[in-house]
Amino acid sequence: MANDIAIIGVGLHPFGRHPGKSAIEMGVHAANEAMADAGVHWSDVQIGYVGSLSVMMPETMVKFLGLTGIPVTKLFNGCATGGNLLLNAANAIRAGQADVGIAIGLDKHPKGAFSAGDSMDSTGLPQWYGETGLTVNPQFFAMKMQRYMHDHGISPETLTRVSQKAFANGALNPAAWRRKSLSAEEIDQSPMVCDPLRKYHFCSPSDGAAAAVVCRADIAHRFGGTPIYLRAGEFRTRNYGSFDVQSPAFSARATPGASTAAATAAFESAGIGPDEIDVVQLQDTEAGHEIMHLAEIGLCAHGEQEAMIRDGATTLDGRLPVNTDGGLLANGEPIGASGLRQVREVCLQLRGDAGPHQVQRQLKTGMTHVYGFPGSSCVPILSR
Amino acid sequence: MSSNQIPIEEGLFTWPSEAPALIGGKCPACGELHFPVQENCPACAGRSVETVHLSRRGTLWTWTVQSFPPPVPPYVGDVERFEPFGVGYIELPEGLYVEARLTESDAAKLRIGMDMEMTAVPFGVDEEGREIMTFAFRPS
Repeated sequence: MANDIAIIGVGLHPFGRHPGKSAIEMGVHAANEAMADAGVHWSDVQIGYVGSLSVMMPETMVKFLGLTGIPVTKLFNGCATGGNLLLNAANAIRAGQADVGIAIGLDKHPKGAFSAGDSMDSTGLPQWYGETGLTVNPQFFAMKMQRYMHDHGISPETLTRVSQKAFANGALNPAAWRRKSLSAEEIDQSPMVCDPLRKYHFCSPSDGAAAAVVCRADIAHRFGGTPIYLRAGEFRTRNYGSFDVQSPAFSARATPGASTAAATAAFESAGIGPDEIDVVQLQDTEAGHEIMHLAEIGLCAHGEQEAMIRDGATTLDGRLPVNTDGGLLANGEPIGASGLRQVREVCLQLRGDAGPHQVQRQLKTGMTHVYGFPGSSCVPILSR
Repeated sequence: MSSNQIPIEEGLFTWPSEAPALIGGKCPACGELHFPVQENCPACAGRSVETVHLSRRGTLWTWTVQSFPPPVPPYVGDVERFEPFGVGYIELPEGLYVEARLTESDAAKLRIGMDMEMTAVPFGVDEEGREIMTFAFRPS
């Protein structure tokens, strides 16, 4: 057990738009909530990992928590940041650097599609690619789904069912940003953004923060809460030949993407199969990717989603509840925080503490999944 | 094609040309192709990449329509008079999928598997009044 890691506390600054509030203020809020949940004081925390796109130096927040001299490191891996913060905190504890650590993700984004900014240099992409309008993430989401629907018989109705479920879950979740259920008609009549995806098939960039306190599993009993164990966690970047966001070209030597690689490694490392997963939070940047990621991370076969989603398997009372807190669709995406929101939600579901959107049966094992530019993914597996 | 037209980037496609072709990289060690050309082979990390002209014809592997103006910067196109444009991946016979603007932006006229051909299209004017050309694929 000495090498095992427990998540003993989780915290959130609700996602949404919070004018006048800085990402750092939200990060401090989430960290304090996670510490209160864990029953630890900042002086107990021996190492920290912080992640953000919008805040260059998020570790400056430490002065608001307490200047205790501990190592606090920033890392940023696009949309995969949150999961990787958790893994790095866990790995530091496994390496003997600390007994108690914290992972904090925080961000604040302007409205609209993400921009690469003036220069493409920080993306490794050529300037002409951005100048001619090809560096727009929704294009990729749409094109990948367009092909997937063609190859695997997924209908536009299934896209809409995913959005309907997300907003229904959001309506039940007091911390969600989008708290209004939408009918299939409202979703289907929303403007086409990038064919086949409509406005209400997409999430929006938002503001928010999330945090998790982790410790050596063998000392978790010293603290107040219900520990959730990190059974495995794997981070992967893309292999040659995978089809990823913002790729000017890719090879016909078809390769599974980073999501499949990370999930496969995580299942192997946890020593369990996908059939043992009771609840999952996965990257639903838009409805299409909830559908594709379900198969990519091994929770169903390609094409099986059509019947599975139609039959309600992914709803709160289905056999595999997906994105129980409304996911990215109902919470938006503060990039650095998003993966830790997922971790928090799975912890709360496993503990039975989720509130009005709690799955009404005993859950033992859950997983989270983030995927982002330029083709990286992180998959933690958690259990009671 | 005229001397008053310049490519958006040198080395991206053959220009001036009546039949412009994209310039890709080919690794003599593993045979894999990539685009645009870079110093190391992305497949095997080999360091003796050769340049090749990619096929001008292929088929539409997937597509979408960009209905809203891309964020500025980096986009430099006309936002005031923005017109939706098609985007797709073209499957080239040599085993490479290349992303490109499409000359067709009507969803009803785009379908997976249709034949496509590369072309160069005007994309703005530089400070000296020269037309900037970029590449696109058109149904053929």
